[in-house]
Amino acid sequence: MPDIFGMPVAVLLGQVLLGLINGSFYALLSLGLAIIFGMLNVINFAHGAFYMFGAFVTWMVMSWLGLSYWPALVVVPIVVGAFGAAIERLFLKRLYQVDHLYSLLFTFGLALVMEGLFRHVFGSAGKPYPVPQELTGVLKLGFMFLPVYRGWVIIAALLVCVATWLVIEKTRLGAYLRAATENPSLVQAFGINVPLMLTLTYGFCVGLAGFAGVLAAPIYQVSPGMGSNLIIIVFAVVVIGGMGSIGGAILTGLSLGVIEGLTKTFYPSASSIVIFIVMVIVLMLRPAGLFGREA
Amino acid sequence: MQTNKLLVPAVAAGLGILLAAPAVVFPLFLIQLLCLALFASALNLVLGYAGLLSLGHAAFFGGSAYVTAHAAKAWGLPFELAVLLGVAFATLLGLAFGALGIRRHGIYFAMVTLALAQMIYFLAVQMPFTGGEDGIQAVPRGKLLGLVDLSDTTTMYYVVLVIVVAALILVWRVVHSPFGHVLAAIRENEARAVSLGLNVERCKLIAFVISAALSGLAGSLKVIAFQLASLNNVSWHLSGEVVLMTLIGGVGTFFGPIVGAAFLVSLEHFLATSGLPIAAIIGAIFMACVMVFRRGFVGEFLHRRKD
Repeated sequence: MPDIFGMPVAVLLGQVLLGLINGSFYALLSLGLAIIFGMLNVINFAHGAFYMFGAFVTWMVMSWLGLSYWPALVVVPIVVGAFGAAIERLFLKRLYQVDHLYSLLFTFGLALVMEGLFRHVFGSAGKPYPVPQELTGVLKLGFMFLPVYRGWVIIAALLVCVATWLVIEKTRLGAYLRAATENPSLVQAFGINVPLMLTLTYGFCVGLAGFAGVLAAPIYQVSPGMGSNLIIIVFAVVVIGGMGSIGGAILTGLSLGVIEGLTKTFYPSASSIVIFIVMVIVLMLRPAGLFGREA
Repeated sequence: MQTNKLLVPAVAAGLGILLAAPAVVFPLFLIQLLCLALFASALNLVLGYAGLLSLGHAAFFGGSAYVTAHAAKAWGLPFELAVLLGVAFATLLGLAFGALGIRRHGIYFAMVTLALAQMIYFLAVQMPFTGGEDGIQAVPRGKLLGLVDLSDTTTMYYVVLVIVVAALILVWRVVHSPFGHVLAAIRENEARAVSLGLNVERCKLIAFVISAALSGLAGSLKVIAFQLASLNNVSWHLSGEVVLMTLIGGVGTFFGPIVGAAFLVSLEHFLATSGLPIAAIIGAIFMACVMVFRRGFVGEFLHRRKD
């Protein structure tokens, strides 16, 4: 096979695929952040903590209840989402009238509490989670060997992202949501229960984070710090993409994963900061973000 | 100022306590308190007076700490020069962060500063001179102006006290200057400030750079006194904690951040040996503060007096 910049194409394609896996997580999380921001005007700092929570619940239901991966894939997002909806009902709801900064600070505190408690109970070390039996083994792709599970992560994340995008852009429910973003009091006047819709939206997006947590459990170590490491990168992704469009959030997440993967091949020591460098460049050229429309 | 009658005796009493404190309290604990009080006051300059929430101030505090530690240890620079170099670094970093971030408003600004600070964190993990997980240890304290030996912690404390009080007076001057009133105008109604012909972005940037420089000063002093530069000083946890100090003491009040820093540093000191999860408790205080105590101690006090 030919070389590109001194790298065999096979190695490059391999890194692109590996980058897509990280990108899938970025996309799932930044999608949720973008919807929450669009609907509730809340920057959900606890999004990473909910992702960590999802991974931990997956591990807990396996080790304590013997629940395997597939039921966990359904149950865990519901549990995490319900928890998120409760948080919205009890606390966030009361912060809508004050400056948006307070809801950011509240979720910041919530993230500290969740991470701190899990660290206290389970320690900092990671918990291993086995890859489900049906998804073990590797795929021969000609240019690389792809572990089946990782391929599954990309497909599952993409499916969920696209489905969410379709619901919001193409269905009646999505139309209500978008209308409520534009003018909540008018939508309420039409007899739609906006507060309930906000609660469910928050719960759903937090559930997405929980879903990402289930997907992550067999790949990464399940550890209390896994969320906060990820969320700050996802924030950078969100700044790069801009909060304007949901499709933009998905696309930015995936492509930044790929960029990160490629950096790992060409210049490994920059791979942890490349997303931030992209963010700096985007801020200089297009302050509102690639897909953004600043209010 | 309505509170002038109380102000002078209160400040005099506070200074008196700080002067006498090393006799009863560990000087190193007091130094930490002073440094974080200065750090929180610096953050308050942008959060409370200019209305910009920065979630990346640890980059200035910790970045300056690393530069100072390296200058003092590897290059053998004296105390003053090492601290100055650290502050210069923080100032430049503040200029860079500010120039990039100030174009984005409100919540975006918070995310931009947080992400930029995380970049500094990753750099601190990777760059060879920072010592990675070990940090820079055994930083020499040296002598002040070549005369006063700082190896005695009580002496160190008084030097830090003088510098921090001078820096706080600077903050006071900034806040009560015409520039300070311009900042308040921008915070209250940015569109109106623009229509009055004020260069809003430049004013915000200046405030941000001053804040970064003072945060750097706090970090430099702390690193010399504790003789250790570590990753904790650049982590996002610290950026969050300093916001909490400001919030719990009273955003936009001069003494709030000082009270908040004293409260939080003391609390952490007592919790350190308790075996309780400190981060979780701090997070819970954060949540409670945001829900029911948004004015903070000093803000609440001033509010009650007004009624």
